[in-house]
Amino acid sequence: MTLSPKIYQELPSQTAGPYVHIGCTPQTAGLETIYGGSHLGSKMINEKTLGTRISINGKIFDGTGTPIKDGIIELWQADAQGLFNSPAENRGEPDRNFQGWGRQPTDILTGEFHFDTIKPGRIPYLSTSKLQAPFISIWVAARGINLGLHTRMYFPEEVEANSEDPVLNRLEHQNRINTLLAKPITDGMYQFDIVLQGENETVFFDI
Amino acid sequence: MTNKPPSSGGFFPRNFKIHPPAYAPDYKSSIARSPKLALVSIGNGISEITGPVFGHEDLGPTDNDLILNYSAKDKSPIGERIIVYGRLMDERGKGIEGALIEIWQANSAGRYRHTKDKYIGPLDPNFGGCGRTITGEDGNYEFRTIKPGPYPWPNGINDWRPSHIHFSLFGPGFSQRLITQMYFEGDPLIKICPIVNTIPDKEAIDLLIARLDMANTIPMDTLAYEFNLVLRGRRSTLFENRPEGN
Ligand SMILES: [Fe+2]
Repeated sequence: MTLSPKIYQELPSQTAGPYVHIGCTPQTAGLETIYGGSHLGSKMINEKTLGTRISINGKIFDGTGTPIKDGIIELWQADAQGLFNSPAENRGEPDRNFQGWGRQPTDILTGEFHFDTIKPGRIPYLSTSKLQAPFISIWVAARGINLGLHTRMYFPEEVEANSEDPVLNRLEHQNRINTLLAKPITDGMYQFDIVLQGENETVFFDI
Repeated sequence: MTNKPPSSGGFFPRNFKIHPPAYAPDYKSSIARSPKLALVSIGNGISEITGPVFGHEDLGPTDNDLILNYSAKDKSPIGERIIVYGRLMDERGKGIEGALIEIWQANSAGRYRHTKDKYIGPLDPNFGGCGRTITGEDGNYEFRTIKPGPYPWPNGINDWRPSHIHFSLFGPGFSQRLITQMYFEGDPLIKICPIVNTIPDKEAIDLLIARLDMANTIPMDTLAYEFNLVLRGRRSTLFENRPEGN
């Protein structure tokens, strides 16, 4: 194999601006009929999807504690067996009834987002055989966010797996782990709020 | 561990010198929406080098044609008819095939079709303002649209956005996810825009400026602008997936 150099530069990021809903969730912006009436990523599961159903509700707060109403949030996650529905997945055959990706707006009146998905299986850490605690990768874009923000949601009931998790364990500020843990509401229902700035600022990752 | 070569290495680390910092106070919206604490660098595992796959069956036949995708039968939006085209590639120059590109923009009067945009510039009944496509072989893509107008926005007392198209990009890995904006060659508003100027490296701003391309215009019909898109590239070493002691 020949090593080839980096010869181009990734494009610089620019904020998604106040109208990201037009491009990513157009029905939210008032374009009811375009793209067949629904946005990509609006439905993550069907009847045949394997795994435990969960739902996630939350808001994204700015540094004043105000919920963001003009943002989008995307999830990327493994299926119930811990496999990704992606060409780079070479560890096994993923559940073809689960794309693993979802996208929702933050509501333009309340700022709330909502997902129905499944609880992901565990996946290995980097190229080791050590398993991570189950988690969902999250990406957030909005007006005022200059470069999309990556974070993760972990599950509060996974006490033992979380305590051994290599990513959670490498956080310098262990008192920030709680910003990555969803709150259980009822069986299968979680609340996960994201705080962009200030007290309880969510841990964001450079991946 | 196996001796099989990895099908994909991790991505080159992001060059943060060309991206806007989270806190860029001349762009006031960033002040309360910027994390103050450092990003935690965790590198690329399977959840970062994989990403969602979109098929042509997810899209409609006029999704990449903003002149047609919202207009009434036999009607067209008002404005300069343009083609925006180019190639999506990674930092090694390799074309990215099968990637989803989504765009959104104001109409020729600088007005967005959004319930919250109250600008005096009128809505165009034949213009929605969003489009999407999936890149072809070698990463090629094209959109047909009308040139968006500049618009004033609440930041300073008299700030105007240059004409621009918002781009949302997917690569094969979720860590490549990027939203950016495309500007038009020769626009005098570019260099005084507080959002453009969140980018600390002035040469990097050039990467976001589409060039007029007379060779690909359609005579007596439509101008063409070329805008090439670059996402993070990945390493190709054979060694990184063979850790010792595992
Ligand atoms: Fe805009």
